[in-house]
Amino acid sequence: MNPQALIDGLIAGSTIGLGAIGLTLAYSILRFANFTHGDFLAWGAYLTLTLFGLLGGLSAGLGAPVHPFSFGWGLPLAMLGGAALTVLLALGLDRILFGRLRARGADVIIIVMASFGASMALRSLLEFIFTAKPVYFTNALQIAQPLGLGMRATPDQLLVIGLTAVLVAGLHLLLTRSATGRAMRAVSENPDLAGVYGINVAQVIRMTWIIGAGLACVAGVMAGLLVQIRPYMGFDLLLPLFAATILGGIGSIPGAMLGGLIIGLAEAFAVQIIGAEWRAAVSFIILVLVLMLRPQGLFGQRGA
Amino acid sequence: MEIIAYAAFFLTVAMTYAIICLGLNVQWGQTGLFNVGVAGFVGVGAYVSAALTTPDAAERIGGFDLPILAGWGAAALMGALLAIAIGVLTLRMRADYLAITTFGIAVALQLVFQNAESLTGGAFGLAFIPRPFAALQGQAIAFNLANLAITLVVVLALYLLLEHLLRSPWGRALRAVREDEIAAQALGKNPVRLRLQAFALGGAIMALAGAVQAHFIGFIAPGNYLPMMTFQVWAMLIVGGSGNNRGAILGAVLVWAIWALSGALISEVFPADQQARAASLQIVIIGVMLCIILLWRPQGILPEVRSVSRHLGHRKKEN
Repeated sequence: MNPQALIDGLIAGSTIGLGAIGLTLAYSILRFANFTHGDFLAWGAYLTLTLFGLLGGLSAGLGAPVHPFSFGWGLPLAMLGGAALTVLLALGLDRILFGRLRARGADVIIIVMASFGASMALRSLLEFIFTAKPVYFTNALQIAQPLGLGMRATPDQLLVIGLTAVLVAGLHLLLTRSATGRAMRAVSENPDLAGVYGINVAQVIRMTWIIGAGLACVAGVMAGLLVQIRPYMGFDLLLPLFAATILGGIGSIPGAMLGGLIIGLAEAFAVQIIGAEWRAAVSFIILVLVLMLRPQGLFGQRGA
Repeated sequence: MEIIAYAAFFLTVAMTYAIICLGLNVQWGQTGLFNVGVAGFVGVGAYVSAALTTPDAAERIGGFDLPILAGWGAAALMGALLAIAIGVLTLRMRADYLAITTFGIAVALQLVFQNAESLTGGAFGLAFIPRPFAALQGQAIAFNLANLAITLVVVLALYLLLEHLLRSPWGRALRAVREDEIAAQALGKNPVRLRLQAFALGGAIMALAGAVQAHFIGFIAPGNYLPMMTFQVWAMLIVGGSGNNRGAILGAVLVWAIWALSGALISEVFPADQQARAASLQIVIIGVMLCIILLWRPQGILPEVRSVSRHLGHRKKEN
């Protein structure tokens, strides 16, 4: 077995994990499977790309690569802006669609369906604006450095793993140690009771979208940096995201991250063993196994 | 004259969608099961029927040269089996697990269609699927009208069967489970089994639709069964009116007409090199339409007729 699959899996798993965190938060607090989440990744990547282009136009220094990475300071800056815009997109969608359905007391499954419709519309809009042709943040080529044990990674890839670790640790602290985090957990346990206790449920819902869409943008930029940016990139990640969410246990941040890493590793090894054309089936098989053997997931509570 | 041939062709395709919609209506409209893998079920039906009825071919498994009706039957059976497998796995859990799993099965089946070349012909698909009334193929009008007639017969037969089933005690129990699972359970109904039966019936109808469509067109490829198809069918049912079989058929014709017209409009308005990209606007239109209906008229154009039994007459929906 080629040990390189380990690194490839960790890198892909970081993206999936970050994306799955937003999905699991939305699932546990807003209580529906959000099919638009994948498109937040894609929109985040395209919005960041657009800002990156604008920044590079303003000042050549921002576009020039910073050694040893393949991109300049413009990209992290653009990603902050892109994340803010992705959050606005998610909040806007909640305002005009999901929020209204919630207020009407619509069935969960109607909201899932609306998210499915919105997902199709958002993705096709990307295709209309940017065309289906893949684009890249940078054309710079990077040489993979040996890491020992026959594994190699580019500096960009190592940065992605490091950034993921920092974001997950920070988010975990936020949710377990801060008042916001406690409020979010309270709403996920029981929104009515949390409301009676004086927790601002609307604020918690906003926070959920902010964290979820923000991380989705980061995950989308990572996927765009390491692979490519396409209108369908988010849709293709949707099944791995759902599988990671359910594998980790709905509502669990560490679970979503671990689930993402497991899916990423399983995909990387499957590509080596049975071939790249079956990659997308891996998430489905894991999903079916989890539903059969442990439907509450690794860190989920029974009866979820 | 060409317009008649085209109208018959258009209506035949719309009617195959109407069959899919009727299947989805059993699952969603009557039972409240959200299936995001409609395209997978339709594709399974198409491929199963094609494998059984095409002439023998050296490069792949299948090609048994069976009659078309045998293909239709086998397709429906496979659709039901697939639905039962998924249903057993997910119907005990929260409703959106079914949504996620059916989404997954459609993705997995799409891979099988693409990659299992010895079974499905891979990306090139399967050709030479026998067409009903193939002897008439030379005359477009007669051929299209004959196929329209046979598809209409299938739609009508299914419509009558479903209307009968839904007025039966079984149909009432199904709606009871949808409206209030606990009350239905208290009255001795088994919700999981009822849901499973409805899911299987719907799956069988969708797969049958796939077979009917494949035999009418004569050629299938993996690209026919993308998530977009699922999405179109959902839009059809929601626009037409979920829970209402006539609404399902109306929605299929209406949304298919909007789809065809918007496609024609886009090819008129946009220059040739921009058309691939503009085609994505068609999907935006349908997506926005779906969301607007869900927000403002969730019952669709023809709302469900709420009646406990035909002996008791109709009941107005109370809010």
